[in-house]
Amino acid sequence: MKSINDHMKNLCLAISLVVFTITANAKTWIVRPAGPLQSLQEAINNAMPGDTVMVERGVYRQPTIIVNKPLYLKGIGYPVLDGQKKHEIMIIKSSRVVVEGFAVQHSGYSGYNDIAAIRIVNSRSVTIRNNRFDDNFFGIYSQHATGCTISGNELRSNAINEINSANGIHCWKSDSMQILNNTITGHRDGIYFEFVTNSIIKNNTSTGNVRYGLHFMFSNDDAYVGNQFKDNGAGVAVMFSKGVIMLQNTFIENWGSAAYGILLKEISDSRIEHNRFVRNTTGIYMEGTNRIKVAKNVFHNNGWALKIQASCSDNTVTQNNFLGNSFDVATNGSLVLNSFNSNYWDKYEGYDLNRDGVGDVPYRPVSVYAMIAERNPVTMMLFRSFITSLLDKAEKTIPGFIPENLKDDQPRMKAFK
Amino acid sequence: MKKIIKYVLLDLLRNRIIIAFTLFLAVISFSVFNLEDNPSKGILSLLNLVLIIVPLVSIVFSTIYVYNAAEFIELLVSQPLRRVNIWLSIFTGLAASMCVAFLVGCGVPVLIYAPTDVGLMMTAMGLLLTIVFVAIALLASVLTRDKAKGIGVAILLWFYFTLIFDGIVLFLLFQFMDYPMEKPMVVFSCLNPVDLARILILLKLDISALMGATSAIFSDFFGSKWGMMATVLIMIAWALLPLWWSVRKFNRKDL
Amino acid sequence: MIIATNVTKKFSKLTALDDVSVTCTKGQTISLIGPNGSGKTTFIKCLLGMVVPDSGFITFNKQNIAHNWQYRSAIGYMPQIGRYPENMTIAQVLDMMKDIRKRSAGALDEELIHSFRLDGMMHKRMGTLSGGTRQKVSASLAFLFNPDVLILDEPTAGLDPLSTEILKEKIMKEKQQGKLAMITSHILSDLDDIVTEVIYMEEGKLRFHKSLGQLQEDTGEKKLSRAIAQVMSAGN
Repeated sequence: MKSINDHMKNLCLAISLVVFTITANAKTWIVRPAGPLQSLQEAINNAMPGDTVMVERGVYRQPTIIVNKPLYLKGIGYPVLDGQKKHEIMIIKSSRVVVEGFAVQHSGYSGYNDIAAIRIVNSRSVTIRNNRFDDNFFGIYSQHATGCTISGNELRSNAINEINSANGIHCWKSDSMQILNNTITGHRDGIYFEFVTNSIIKNNTSTGNVRYGLHFMFSNDDAYVGNQFKDNGAGVAVMFSKGVIMLQNTFIENWGSAAYGILLKEISDSRIEHNRFVRNTTGIYMEGTNRIKVAKNVFHNNGWALKIQASCSDNTVTQNNFLGNSFDVATNGSLVLNSFNSNYWDKYEGYDLNRDGVGDVPYRPVSVYAMIAERNPVTMMLFRSFITSLLDKAEKTIPGFIPENLKDDQPRMKAFK
Repeated sequence: MKKIIKYVLLDLLRNRIIIAFTLFLAVISFSVFNLEDNPSKGILSLLNLVLIIVPLVSIVFSTIYVYNAAEFIELLVSQPLRRVNIWLSIFTGLAASMCVAFLVGCGVPVLIYAPTDVGLMMTAMGLLLTIVFVAIALLASVLTRDKAKGIGVAILLWFYFTLIFDGIVLFLLFQFMDYPMEKPMVVFSCLNPVDLARILILLKLDISALMGATSAIFSDFFGSKWGMMATVLIMIAWALLPLWWSVRKFNRKDL
Repeated sequence: MIIATNVTKKFSKLTALDDVSVTCTKGQTISLIGPNGSGKTTFIKCLLGMVVPDSGFITFNKQNIAHNWQYRSAIGYMPQIGRYPENMTIAQVLDMMKDIRKRSAGALDEELIHSFRLDGMMHKRMGTLSGGTRQKVSASLAFLFNPDVLILDEPTAGLDPLSTEILKEKIMKEKQQGKLAMITSHILSDLDDIVTEVIYMEEGKLRFHKSLGQLQEDTGEKKLSRAIAQVMSAGN
């Protein structure tokens, strides 16, 4: 045993020696407030591609930093890059730049220009990781970027309304982006995608943003997985896209008359699976969506679990758990072109005589009062009063108000685990 | 005053109807929680009990009790006692015993099986509604001399508060659909103690839906701490005003 | 002791008391007589503050009884029909009354309780008692606190002859102690021997208020019942 361990040690030593000799050519520059090198920009200008610039703890109030060569910029003890509320703090114009460990704060603000804390322009394989962003207009802004990684950053700002605020992570016309493990709060949109393709948004937490936790437009073939979106002004919006995969995300407490767990508009050929929707005014709102599969999600204590507008078709809702929602499904038309089957609805009161786990009578997830409240929202104030339960009972005896086809023919008797 | 309350209570707590009511509530509550696998569904089933049955029993039982106690009240009035004290004692005795019945029959199961915000709120509202409807019953019975008529009035009032009022409001909401109805709706709700209780429970039960259904006016009013306080105060006013009126009437009543 | 001045009471259209003025003094035993609906009970209720007169006033020991309630501690009242909380026992009812009137046990007059033999059934619930027994309880309560004034509304109705006799003796005894007793009764013969004054009412009006001697003299009849009968026939 001992000899194997020794071999391993030797091997490790050998590998590190090799690595050291390869990187030995790269130089390390140290920037510190006490000097001699006080300016990060100066260090960048002096450095050769592939060099490392270490920035020591301190506050750096300097003009916009331009990174125009592949460098590894590393902050030690979170040095502060301060934009003094006047200008952009850093612009990355080169590929293979790594920015790590900085506290980036107080970017400028503008009603006309998109001023960002860190901007990535026309670059590839840039990495921005483990930085702290505070009180910026845009946080990280990528335009025409490819294959960049934005991970482990904390972005917070103090937006009060949509007009005077901007997005946390903003990607525009980019491709193959990876947005991982970031925490975004207090911006306009937490994460914003426009014309972004083949990208993944994973394990981020986006809470308390004034508009959307995630705002997604004209972006095809992307996935977002394992994120948490909580208490955002309007939840999450996914619009005008196709081939979007939404897995294992959590949507919590997105409250308001125009707030949704997910707002889907003009989306097609996408999947929404294994997500949890908890205490949202509306879990999923669908408008103009086609061929979307909504499966194996949990809808818990939402006002409306699903709102499916009449403009949707060929969507499938299957194997979901509907638990404790005020209303399970609402719709605004009488024509239903979507299919519901094999879901568990806790309001289902049917029976299962042959004990195959499937209810013997169909479940109609739209209640009369959901239809009434849809037409006249103020009537929600009468919800659960005697008269509304009478209305629901009346509808069960003399149907006519609820769309005929909107039903689950194989409702489950037990919730999916 | 304390003494009269003591004796009214002594009488009421052994009353068969009170005991039956307690048992009825307990049987329903326990079976609801045992049949439903999910306590929050049990709460939903109990909601109608709290909003409909509790007011009904409170108002009808109290009315009948006051009529049946007419001679006893006469006896008390012939004693060196203030009428106000006699009347308030009867109110206190009735309200306390109905509250105990509700607390034992419905509150305890709720606190055992679903000691959540919703459960607590529902128990509190059940108690408040009990008090409100005892007060309304006293008013109804002091205003009408005839027992049958008095019970009729009590049942009508219950019917009005639990169904007719909401029916009218629903009708108005659709009649004036094109106008902003949030503010009037807040006012409407304050005109009915059952609605107030229901809304306070809804705030715990369906907050997600309520936050979407109506504009800021609603959530500002009912959703905030102050709004909650105001709502509870209005409910207390719903108990105090009928009581005050009934005291005035009783003071001048010929027995 | 009790002075009623121009007391008038209307129940909607019916005039129950029409300008009634009466003066009652200590030591009298007054029989309040009149046909059914003549206003006897209403008058008594006015004295007790249970009915508020539309006009006129009543003084008790020179104090107006309107908006006053303390004066009732000097009155013992036995209602026509005594009904009590059904689930209370006799003992509890007595305790309650003692409790309410805040009298110490020494000042209590429990004679009637003993002579009616209520001691033995103290644990019985009011709801299970017969009408007669309830009357006994009512009578006992009226005398219990040794009041200066006794107001007895049809006290002998429902009582067996023996109990009537006991009650009568008790009234006599109290009379000798200088108390004022006002008794309504339509069974005249029961009370013939204890009455000192007669008030006769008809259709809410006071027909006459005479001492027994005066009445006997006026009608030439020795027996009260005869005298009254004569008055009534003369009235028609």
